[in-house]
Parts: sequence; structure tokens; C-alpha cells
Amino acid sequence: MDVNSYNLENIDIAWCPGCGDYPILDTLKNALAELDIPPNDLVMVSGIGQAAKTPHYMRANVFNGLHGRALSPATAIRAVNRELTVIAHSGDGDMYGEGGNHFIHTIRRNPNITNIVNNNMVYGLTKGQASPSSQRGYVSSLQTVKSDPFNPLAVAVALDASFVARGFSGDKDQLKEILKKAISHKGYALVDIFQPCVTFNKINTFKWFKDNTYYVDDSYDPTDRVAAFQKAIETDKFPLGVIYTNPDKPVFEDDLSVYKENTEPLYKRQVDIKEKLKVLAYSKR
Amino acid sequence: MSKFFIKENASVVISGAAGQGIETVEQFLTRIFKNSGYYTYSTKEFMSRIRGGCNSTEVRISSKPVSAYVDRIDILIALSEDVFQHLESRISENTIIFSEHKNNLDSSLKVVDIPLAKLSKEAGGKIYANTIAAGLVFGLFSIDFSIIELELKKIFLDKPAEILNNNLKAAQIGYDLGQKYTNDNGIEIDIPKNPEAKDNMLVNGTDTVAMGCIAGGCNFISSYPMSPGTGVLAFLARQADDFGIIVDQAEDEIAAINTGLGAWYAGARAMVTTSGGGFALMSEGVSLSGMLEIPIVIHIAQRPGPATGLPTRTEQGDLELALYSGHGEFPRIIFAPGTPQEAFELSQKAFSLADKFQSPVFILTDQYLLDSLYSIDSLDFDSIEVHNHFEKTNQDYRRYELTENGISPRGIPGYGEGLVVVDSDEHDEEGHITENLDIRNKMVEKRLKKLDLIKKEIVPPELIGLELYKTLIISWGSTKKVIEEALNSLNDPEMALLHFCQVYPIHSSLKDYMDRAENLIIAENNATSQFGKLIKLETGVEIPYKILKYSGMPFSVEEIVKELKEVCHGCKQL
Repeated sequence: MDVNSYNLENIDIAWCPGCGDYPILDTLKNALAELDIPPNDLVMVSGIGQAAKTPHYMRANVFNGLHGRALSPATAIRAVNRELTVIAHSGDGDMYGEGGNHFIHTIRRNPNITNIVNNNMVYGLTKGQASPSSQRGYVSSLQTVKSDPFNPLAVAVALDASFVARGFSGDKDQLKEILKKAISHKGYALVDIFQPCVTFNKINTFKWFKDNTYYVDDSYDPTDRVAAFQKAIETDKFPLGVIYTNPDKPVFEDDLSVYKENTEPLYKRQVDIKEKLKVLAYSKR
Repeated sequence: MSKFFIKENASVVISGAAGQGIETVEQFLTRIFKNSGYYTYSTKEFMSRIRGGCNSTEVRISSKPVSAYVDRIDILIALSEDVFQHLESRISENTIIFSEHKNNLDSSLKVVDIPLAKLSKEAGGKIYANTIAAGLVFGLFSIDFSIIELELKKIFLDKPAEILNNNLKAAQIGYDLGQKYTNDNGIEIDIPKNPEAKDNMLVNGTDTVAMGCIAGGCNFISSYPMSPGTGVLAFLARQADDFGIIVDQAEDEIAAINTGLGAWYAGARAMVTTSGGGFALMSEGVSLSGMLEIPIVIHIAQRPGPATGLPTRTEQGDLELALYSGHGEFPRIIFAPGTPQEAFELSQKAFSLADKFQSPVFILTDQYLLDSLYSIDSLDFDSIEVHNHFEKTNQDYRRYELTENGISPRGIPGYGEGLVVVDSDEHDEEGHITENLDIRNKMVEKRLKKLDLIKKEIVPPELIGLELYKTLIISWGSTKKVIEEALNSLNDPEMALLHFCQVYPIHSSLKDYMDRAENLIIAENNATSQFGKLIKLETGVEIPYKILKYSGMPFSVEEIVKELKEVCHGCKQL
């Protein structure tokens, strides 16, 4: 698929120059092109925040809903039409703060969707307050952070998420490969992406991410859950790459009774409601 | 002994602690009386607990259709001592009480001692006390025992033979007691049977809301359990395989409604069911439905609030919540069925109008309607028709294309060449985020224009009574049948009932109906007359007489009769 087919003309992008969101958008388009997923079969679901605007800057079906809620409609969209590729794409505040409960329970359900979280450890859109992933001691215009950051990888591994990875917006090639694996994975796939916020986060800068991350090597076995948990809680240097996979976990929508004998999306179906209801009503007589 | 006479219809109440099987008795009584040729109606009131406390079920047995709660108790079976205090205000010298607990009772009361503890041991254990109680009632009515036998066999089909046999034994023990009492001239019941009643269906409000939703093409429900709204979720879950319905128990109500909206977006027909407290969490989703112009059907099963309130009781306290929920301005529709048939029809309509107008539609019910068991002749299955309003898109498709009537053709992702872009931000015709204030104005006007179309399809109010009324009582939702029976018993040709099963938008005929009345009365199961306030807002008319009840119990027929007499005392002699 030509990567240009995802390009949207004449758009006014709201991101700051130098924002990590730009390379993530580019890389996502490249990953989709290489996977040959046409824009018509793709649904980008997002919440609120700067990262959540990503779907507006590319050609795709878009459900840009409410703050923190992207995973709920994303689960539903995939459940009623398994022919669609569904990506829920937002930022750390949206997914891990406002949407924390949905994050936990979507992992438990394991729908076949990809969850991309641009993680810059700060709130950009509301101008610089701490996010759930801001580190202890981080000073914002509003507060000095006095709690430990939310660890999405450790939570996801603890919940036996079927795919858990972390990328960095500064490494487009590696990120593309991670995204391709995540989108191709059957089941819920989390890709937490470190990215600098050039305007508000002066601590976790491009250089800081470079200095404080490393890629897991080929000898690492991502199917070992205990090892994955150890990786997920490393903080002296943060691991990048595919941290954990459980390919055997049942997929939410594939287990639904509506797909037992019929693979078609719901919108194509006709159910003989009238006759079946008459039978049901007869049981009440 | 003094003899009891019961004519035309009987009110039989079984009361005891939670866990004593009162709900099972309700099932026995209603099914077996119906199969014997009586019209029945039953309603229950219960505490929010699994064991203990004091609950009761009223079963009305009649020669004509009945569907309203009465305070009066003709026959009371008291399974525990607490019953007498619990039902004190409803027991009178016209009540015949069967119980083994009779200490400290007023000597004017008629109590027949039945040694239930001893008898249930004979049947196989104390769990059979409830079946003995049911058998007793059948004995009093001299029901054909073969009908009882057949029904018990059906009910216990999947259970071990011992359970069926013990229940049959228990029913026989009770039956013999009842027969003995009748033969000893203790009671005379004169309620003619009507063979037509045998073919009726027994349904509660939950059944018909759920069946109506299925008839409306519902194939997706996401909800979080909350009484009394859970029944609809459970009903659809039981029917999921047969009707091809996706059922998801969400982690919270916020997820539930956002999931429902995602389902509609992708081509399903989705609903949520909850109660006021759960709905409070959904209000962001109502607003999202308004902005995205994605349909959603919301069933709010009202119970008394604020906050947790009385979880198992009834109230009409959430009309204003439904009406004003969700930030911003956008159209909506609110139905409030008063009977199981209305619940069936309006739930279907909720789906068709939500789809047609791409707007949130509410089905506002309450515990009283949902938990009452009605005997009805039929539901209209033949006119069921599900028409999907989404369209196949072409390459130039724009989700929010500005059209003359405000409705933009709704595409769904993956069906056609177009891209379906929806955004909770203000958006342009393509659906992309915009801060262009000219487009903002056009989009606000487009969304609000849909209200003009919605107003063309308002369900008119139903006038029950003669056109030449002088006193007009206004009702909405579940109070309908209680007020109707009260008016029947008052038998005043100058009094009529105007019942609304669509409470928003209000049908334009209301003003004319009110102008023709000399006296206006509104009856609502809440403390502040929420519908009355809405009527004043829409028509400028303040209804002077309000009959309000907010204890958590439904109105009884007697209460409405008494209130109507009192309210009208000044304006007219009844």
C-alpha cells in the first residue's frame, strides 16, 4: 500500500514544532502501508489530548470520542465488525489517567485492537501539568509530583496482556517494526511510546530518553511472563522493544456467540425477529 | 364463625422474609390462576437484602383484566411474625389471615391458625412452606388440582424427582387445608372465570422492554448491573444466542455508554440499561451522542434517589435527570411507558427514532412497572419492522454534510468507499476538528433542526374517559393503570385521565386538553412534580392540584381515589 494513501491534504496541525507526535504519525503510516491495510478498513479511535488528535492528520475512519474513553468504543467497533483494523491512539493522561479503569478492563477482555499511547510524561494540551507517568519530583506549573509514576508495562504484564511493547519516537525504524508486530498481533496490543514534549517537559527530553533507554536484545524471550515483569519494573534504564506476548489468550470478540456460525459483521445480518419473538412469547403463555 | 365474602376480584398477599420463597409462590399463583381462567396481576415490594427482612407479593385474581396495585388485602398468608407490623396499615377486619404467628394481634382481626412448620416437615422440610401456602390459596378457590399438578411438573421439569414430589405433597397439604376452610363455610369466593384469560401471556415490564428492544433490532447491549435496570440486561443475555445479540458487562457505566456508541458507529443497534445512579455516570455519553450524532437507546429504570436511595423501591424521580443530562444543546426523545404493551411498542420505537434522528432516545421506566407481572392477551409482533438508516458511502462522503433538514446520511466504516470521521470536538462537514466559528454556527443549527422533525413524530397523549370532562388528571409512565382503576371505581363521567407515554418533546395537543378542563390535577410518583414543571415550562400553565408520592412505594388505587375525592372536594362534590 502506498504510504501517501494515508496522507490528508490541507490540514492545520495543532502540534508544536519538534513534537514527538510527528515522527509517531509518520511511522504509523509507514507501518500501516507495509502491512497493506487500506484506510477504509482502518478505524482510528482516540480520546482527548494532543496525541489524540493524531487521527485527524491522516486518512482513516475516525472515532475521536471523549477523554479517556477510546478503548470502550474501540472494543465495540471491533466486536461488531471483525473485518476492521482498530487502533486506539491517545496519550498518557488520556489512557492511564482519565481512562485508567478502561485500560485495566480492556486488557482483561483482550479485544483484537492495538493501543498506542504517546507517553511524554506531561499534560501538553492543558499546558504542562503532571501526568500519571510523570516521575516523582517532577516540577510543573501546578505541583511537585509526590507519587511514583504509573507503570503501564508492569500493569499490563500483571494483567497478562497479550502483547506489551515500548517504543521511542526518536527511533523510527525500531518503532515501525514494533508497531507492525502490534497491529499484526491477534489480541490486545499495548505500545507505549516514549516521546519528548518540547514545550512543557524540560526534564524528559530527547536526550534524556536516549540516555535512559535501551533495546532488549534477540536473546530476550518475551513469552516468559516473570522475566517480562522484571523488565517492566526496570527504571535505571527503561527497556524498549517487545516486552511480553501471550499469543494463546482468547480474543474477546472471537468468543462471542454471534460469531459461532456466522463470520459476517453485524450490519450485514438479518435476524428473523418476528418469528423468534413469537416463539419466545409463546413460552410466557 | 363469621363468613368472608370475596366478589369480582381478590387481593391475595403472601409475605415473609427474603429467602422464604415468596417469588416462587408468585410464579405458582399467577400461572395456575391464569391457566384456571382468571385474570391476574401481581406486584412485589422487597428489601435490598438476600435473607431476612420482610417482603410481600400481592396477587390479584379477577374476572376482568386488572393491572394495578391495591392497598386492600383480602387474603393474607403471613410466613413470619414481622409481617403484621410490616403490613399493619393494609390489614383490616376484612382481611382473612392465615398464619401460625398470631401473638399480640388485635382480637378484631380474623386469624386462621395454620401449623406451617409442622406441615412443611411432613412435606419434606421447611423450604416447602411456601408451596403449602400456595396450595392453601388454590384450595380456597377450589382450583382443579390437575392444573396445579401439571404446572408444578413444568416448573420443576429440570429438578430431581424428589423435589417435584415434595412440592406436590406440599401443594396437596395446603390445598386440603384451603378446601376444608371453604367447606366449613369460612369463606365464599364469587369470582367468575373467563376462559379467554387462559390464553394470556404473563409478562413483567422488564420482559416487554427487553422484547421491544429486540423487536427494534437491538443486537448489542453494554451495561453495568444496577437494580432495577439489570433485568433487561439479563433478559437480553438469555436471548443472546438466539437473536444474535452481543452482550457486554462493562466495567462501569461510563464504559457502557461509550461502548454502545462505538457499536452504533460500526453498524450495530445498541442500548444501555441502568438506573438513575448509573445513568449519572453516563451523562457524558449522552452529550457525545448529541455531538457525534450517533444514536443510542438508554433505558433508565427509576428507583428512589438521591444517591443510592432505596435500591429496590420505585419512584418517578429521574425525568429531569434524563431531560437535562449531558452538557451542550442537542435534541433528545424521552418515552415513559405505562403498561407492558406500551413498553413493548415504545422500546421498538426508541430504536427506530434513535436511528432515524441520530440522537439519544430514553426509555424511562421504574421498579413498579418492571417488576409487576401482568396478564396480557398479546403483543403486536406482526408489525415489527427494522429498517437500518445507514447508507453505503462513496469517495466524497462527508459524515456531517449540511442538509436541509439537518440529517446527514450516516455511513459506517468499511461499507462503501468513503471514510466515516466523527469527532467530539466541533467538526466540519468531513468530521474533522475545527475552530471555525462560522462552521460552529452551522453545525449547532443543523443539530437542533432535527428537533423539528422529531416533533412531527411525537406520540400523542391518550385520553381515558369522555371528551366532555370537567376534571382532567394528567399522568405519565407507570401510574397509568392505577389512576385508570381509581377513575373506574369513582365512575364519574366528568373526570378523565390524560396519560403521556412520551414526556419529551410534549405533544402540542396538551394545551388544548388543559384549556378544556375546569380542574387540573397531576399525579406523579415523586416529590416535586417534575412533569408538572416541564408542562409549565412548555405551556405556561401551572397545574394547581398535585398528587405526589415519594415513599418508595407506588400509588395504590385507594390512595388515588381518596386523593381525588379530597382534591376535588372544594371544586366539586363527588
